[in-house]
Amino acid sequence: MIPELGHYALVLALFLGLIQSVAPLFGARSRDGALMRLANSTALMQFIFVALSFAALTICYVTSDFSVATVYENSHSMMPLVYKITSVWGNHEGSMLLWVLILSLFGAAVAAFGGNLPASLKANVLAVQSWIATAFYLFILLTSNPFLRLPQAPFEGRDLNPILQDLGLAIHPPLLYLGYVGFSISFSFAIAALIEGRIDAAWARWVRPWTLAAWMCLTVGIAMGSYWAYYTLGWGGFWFWDPVENASLMPWLAGTALLHSAVVMEKRNALKVWTILLAILTFSLSLIGTFLVRSGVLTSVHTFANDPRRGVFILAILVLFIGGGLTLFAWRAPLLKQGGLFAPISREGALVFNNLFLTTACLTVFVGTLYPLALEALTGAKISVGAPFFNLTFGPLFVALMFAMPFGPLLAWKRGDILGVAQRLMTAFGVGIVAVAAAFALEGGQSVLAPFGVGLAFYVMTGALTDLVERTGLFRAPLATVAKRAAGLPRSTWGSALAHFGIAVSMLGIICAGTWGTERIVALKPSQTVSLSGYDLSFDGLVRRPGPNYTALVAKFTVRSGSTPIGVMEPSKRTFASRATTTNEAALMMRGAGQLYLSLGDANDDGSIAVRLYYKPLVLLIWFGAVVMMLGGALSLSDRRLRVGAPRPAAKSALQPAE
Amino acid sequence: MTRKQRRLILIGANVGVLAIAVALVLSALKDSIVFFNSPTDIAEKHIAAGTRMRVGGLVKPGSLQRGDNLQVRFEVTDGKSDVVVRYQGIVPDLFREGQGVVAEGKLEAGGTLDADTMLAKHDERYMPREVVDALKKAGRWQEGAAK
Repeated sequence: MIPELGHYALVLALFLGLIQSVAPLFGARSRDGALMRLANSTALMQFIFVALSFAALTICYVTSDFSVATVYENSHSMMPLVYKITSVWGNHEGSMLLWVLILSLFGAAVAAFGGNLPASLKANVLAVQSWIATAFYLFILLTSNPFLRLPQAPFEGRDLNPILQDLGLAIHPPLLYLGYVGFSISFSFAIAALIEGRIDAAWARWVRPWTLAAWMCLTVGIAMGSYWAYYTLGWGGFWFWDPVENASLMPWLAGTALLHSAVVMEKRNALKVWTILLAILTFSLSLIGTFLVRSGVLTSVHTFANDPRRGVFILAILVLFIGGGLTLFAWRAPLLKQGGLFAPISREGALVFNNLFLTTACLTVFVGTLYPLALEALTGAKISVGAPFFNLTFGPLFVALMFAMPFGPLLAWKRGDILGVAQRLMTAFGVGIVAVAAAFALEGGQSVLAPFGVGLAFYVMTGALTDLVERTGLFRAPLATVAKRAAGLPRSTWGSALAHFGIAVSMLGIICAGTWGTERIVALKPSQTVSLSGYDLSFDGLVRRPGPNYTALVAKFTVRSGSTPIGVMEPSKRTFASRATTTNEAALMMRGAGQLYLSLGDANDDGSIAVRLYYKPLVLLIWFGAVVMMLGGALSLSDRRLRVGAPRPAAKSALQPAE
Repeated sequence: MTRKQRRLILIGANVGVLAIAVALVLSALKDSIVFFNSPTDIAEKHIAAGTRMRVGGLVKPGSLQRGDNLQVRFEVTDGKSDVVVRYQGIVPDLFREGQGVVAEGKLEAGGTLDADTMLAKHDERYMPREVVDALKKAGRWQEGAAK
């Protein structure tokens, strides 16, 4: 009964979606307030019905109702409750339901909190949002129904892919989806603006909080995914340039560019056409990401099923929305009036530079991800494009971007003084140079490039602080004045300084863990000791330990620094009988911001076991930096201007004839 | 500066950065991509020794030998031809005889692959797509056998 109710609720959501796709548009055209307001109720009801549907599916999983095909395929009665819940979205059908749940959540949020939007803009935005939702409801109902029943209910399920039985998975996909799907709002706003043929600075102010919220979720979602891969795959790597990872990086890069160009549009009424285009592209990249991951074009842990019909359907959605969006853009964009003028050297110029490099970097990732697919389709040759490609292309662009980053916030709007800014950045240059020298002295010539990377990271961090110091007059004005100025600074200024600081922190972590980490792979017998970067790890022996739905082979290690024991590490291998699969549970030990990392390989006949040992200095900074970026976003989001909402565009209305 | 000049500077900068990016992408594509070959490809094409490549197929039953220091030696087969692969290190969790595998490394003069990377397989249901295609090409793939 419950699965049928869930199915029915989704069908109702589809019908509401169809109504909301059409009615508000006519309302906006004919200035019919009632038709426009209809979208508010349908958006809320859509969310309620999708939430009911999702709840129904969750109940099926929690009660292990194996008569439902997806539950049978992906769950097991012995799994801990938390994994029964996370396996709802640990498969294709469920994760698509999560996708539309978040989509309808955003739609409902615009309906509920968009009170200060002009009525026609709001109606158009909700209509466009509903087009997307309707397309995905149809996709789920026609090709990936999660509520499909089996004619005969099996006694036991086939279990969730063991590698997905992890808490990281509980948080990673929902956050990532919040990011991906959040950009649908920017897309809807962009399309709505094109439909109305009118756009102004206020538009940017309405769009910015939504983009910012999506960007924050995506930032943390990517970081979570990277940490999850780091500790579950057992290879000690945190980023593999896997197409699936790239699929989430591309919207992030475009979304970051969008955030910055929206600032120019809000403050200076310039870059309008570009901002609209970027909003369309960002969501298009999210859709392409969904297509790459969900269609089975790529094989990876994320590809749950290969049904060609699904691929074709998502491709159709992709073509419809990207093609439609870009066509509408080509047709209507010339209507948008050009905005403020600015000199190439100015804050606007710096933000254009930012956009140029972010989108170009995004383009290189796009080429690296899709070139193998295109080549295979055209010539049949199979190639793989890996880290070396991205290091050579994405790397230099990002270095240039990082170098320019501290300049942006210090330049004045309209016309800036680059020499003056360079002078104010002297401290940052100094800190950077000292850091390069210190890194060279400490590492002893292992790498030539890495110390410069460390210097760049420190330069960006100091540069971010310099911005705050300059604005508060710290070290020049009396403390009381400084405190007053600090309190008076807009929170978005603090936010952007924090976010810039955060990306430099991540960069520092990536360079240090990647360059100066140590790695050993050895076969060990009980009571043997290995030393690694000043730590002695002695192998005490192997123990078998039963888990709820697996048995674990645990290796016990005692870790000593010098002669003092500092702890026990227990890497293990879990064998899941239901799928005849093993997973690797790496053991991690924090040493400051660095980590000792142990993972097990195969046990040999002579009683030894293969072990991978890593010491990764400052590795935690990679994810810590992402959290700092997210906090920067949150601070900026709490800015009063964004909460209060935009002022009406200059009071021209009094002069216009009544409608 | 006139509006036109400003716009020219902007467009110039755009074209400049894009040109640099295209140059980077092209040079990186020339040097850093790795081709995938099936054992039959290696037997039939004359590939220069020292070329980096990926080889995929099934681990030939009975061919796996383990040596000291985590050395492994095995043959990859697509049912038509075999390639010897040497590797030192920890093999992926689901590496077994008769299972699909993808190895990346340098081809040596004698036709042996000196592998430095073995691609992990995450799930017993999942077979690397390259392997499936290699087996299909050699006519050794049964639909539904190992999905």
